[in-house]
Amino acid sequence: MRTILFLIRKEFLQIFRDRMIGKAIFAVPLVQMLILVPAVTFEIREVKLCIIDMDMTSESRKLIGQLEGSTFFRVSHSTFSENEARNLLDKNRYDLILRIPGGFGRDIGNRNPAAIHASINAINATTAQLSWAYLNGVIHDYNLNIIADNPGSIATAGIIPRTEITNRFWYNENLVYSHYMLPGILAILVTAIGFLLAGLNLVKEKEAGTIEQINVTPIRKHQFITGKMVPFIIIGLFDLALGLALGKLVFRIPFEGSIGLFFLCAAIFMISVLGIALFISNFSSSQQQFMFVAYFFMMILILMSGIFTPFESMPSWAIKFNMANPMAYLIRINRMIMLKGSGFRDIYRDIASLAVLAVIFTAFAVRRYRKTA
Amino acid sequence: MKDIPVIYVRNLVKKFGSFTANDGLDFEVYEGEIFGFLGANGAGKTTALRILSGLSKPTSGIVRVAGFDAGNEAEQIKRNIGYMSQRFSLYEDLTVKENIMLFGGIYGLRKREITGKTADLLSRLSFEEYGDRLIASLPPGLKQKLAFSVAVLHDPKIVFLDEPTGGVDPLTRRQFWELIYESASRGITVFVTTHYMDEAEYCDRISIMSEGRIVALDTPENLKKQYNAVSIDEVFVKIARSPEKIV
Repeated sequence: MRTILFLIRKEFLQIFRDRMIGKAIFAVPLVQMLILVPAVTFEIREVKLCIIDMDMTSESRKLIGQLEGSTFFRVSHSTFSENEARNLLDKNRYDLILRIPGGFGRDIGNRNPAAIHASINAINATTAQLSWAYLNGVIHDYNLNIIADNPGSIATAGIIPRTEITNRFWYNENLVYSHYMLPGILAILVTAIGFLLAGLNLVKEKEAGTIEQINVTPIRKHQFITGKMVPFIIIGLFDLALGLALGKLVFRIPFEGSIGLFFLCAAIFMISVLGIALFISNFSSSQQQFMFVAYFFMMILILMSGIFTPFESMPSWAIKFNMANPMAYLIRINRMIMLKGSGFRDIYRDIASLAVLAVIFTAFAVRRYRKTA
Repeated sequence: MKDIPVIYVRNLVKKFGSFTANDGLDFEVYEGEIFGFLGANGAGKTTALRILSGLSKPTSGIVRVAGFDAGNEAEQIKRNIGYMSQRFSLYEDLTVKENIMLFGGIYGLRKREITGKTADLLSRLSFEEYGDRLIASLPPGLKQKLAFSVAVLHDPKIVFLDEPTGGVDPLTRRQFWELIYESASRGITVFVTTHYMDEAEYCDRISIMSEGRIVALDTPENLKKQYNAVSIDEVFVKIARSPEKIV
């Protein structure tokens, strides 16, 4: 135990003596929160719409007016040339081309089904699907207006029987994306600290040759690994607190659950990430090697974790993979605690899984660390 | 005293793949001795020294250091030895005192013991004013003396020195050897590799390695007599020219 304290003291001395890292520990969470939280959003505003109105009737103009009235679309160009419209779509200048063929107004006047045609830029599949859904919504409203304007169209009853849905969004009532993203961004923050600071620290000792001086002492393997983990857990949790305070002050993020539970989970998570990082650094003999491999691991863990894409819609093998991805648990736990106010009993399964991963990865790191080659 | 081997090596072989770095070494080192391990670069000195210090496992053979087997009791060996590698390995970004505190702590010394030893060590080296300086800011000679003092801080039975005076001026080398003598007089066995032949003269006994094998082992005096040479340097050159004659 005393040995570990000597080691921890040494790490802190070194970390804060490094001018760059000493400052970065404070700056990184600030910058990451202030830039990523407001910037990373799935919300879509202002789909740029190009209209080809070959009809030029009051019906077509009414439809265009309705589109212009929606906050979602911005009608920024009208043309009669299909070629021009295609060209603009090719150049990415517009997201959606809506062609209203001649005879549209006439068909509606004759009470025949009228057709319009939409071409959607689907380079970003998510945007394309959302645009399509919104367009459908507008057309649906337009149809209801037609029906309302033509009372005779439905035989006798003045009222059309239909289902109206009212809804309420739970846990994030106003669908504020920053509330959804922030818990995940906090998780990325502690991951980066665990992976890069701790992992590189060990490789740096290899490069400097100091690891050999340590290896020739009677220090125990678990003491050494603990000495490498604890300082970074402390720094990680400190940065987490900083990020959380910032989220509260700047983004007014709700925090429904227990702060203690939140930090406990983060600590368990950090142990698992540090286990992976130290395991990798045991194989690396240079910082360059470590960075390359660690980058690859971080990318996979982060992108598969469900921070940007819904976890549940991944293929089943990916969901299985995520059973070994500590990040996936932490993202879920963070969102549950912060937005939903979940308590220990709601998330104990995730916490238990995370703890198992922490034990396994740390055991790997300790086993792989060789004092005698 | 002289009869107790603290290092006992029989038929030590270390292979890296198909390359044999140590090819059947036999020797023993006695308590309180200064034992010089000589040889050209690549002769296998460092490999043998790393095995003796428990940093590397022998491929085969018997290696006992301070009563423990290097094959499966490496950690017990480490409790009883000090080590200074040819790569300077104190923490450059810690101060002199912080380094002493760290290594003292790792060897299980009490804080008060460490403080006492630190003051002692600094005054012995006339280092008092350097105590709070970062290692990185010290001249190489001071660093090396300090590294040696840290290596014997916990009063080990044996200290292993791997080319400890590489790249140091002659005066500092002399001072360094005074430190070695002082430790030996305290009963610490010194095992030192070097390729400075003048340093070999300071040793009680020396062994000369060539291509993974020990080709000569005796006191400097006896070796000079045997090879009809005035200096170890000359002995070394004679051996290097006709290695097959000696074996």
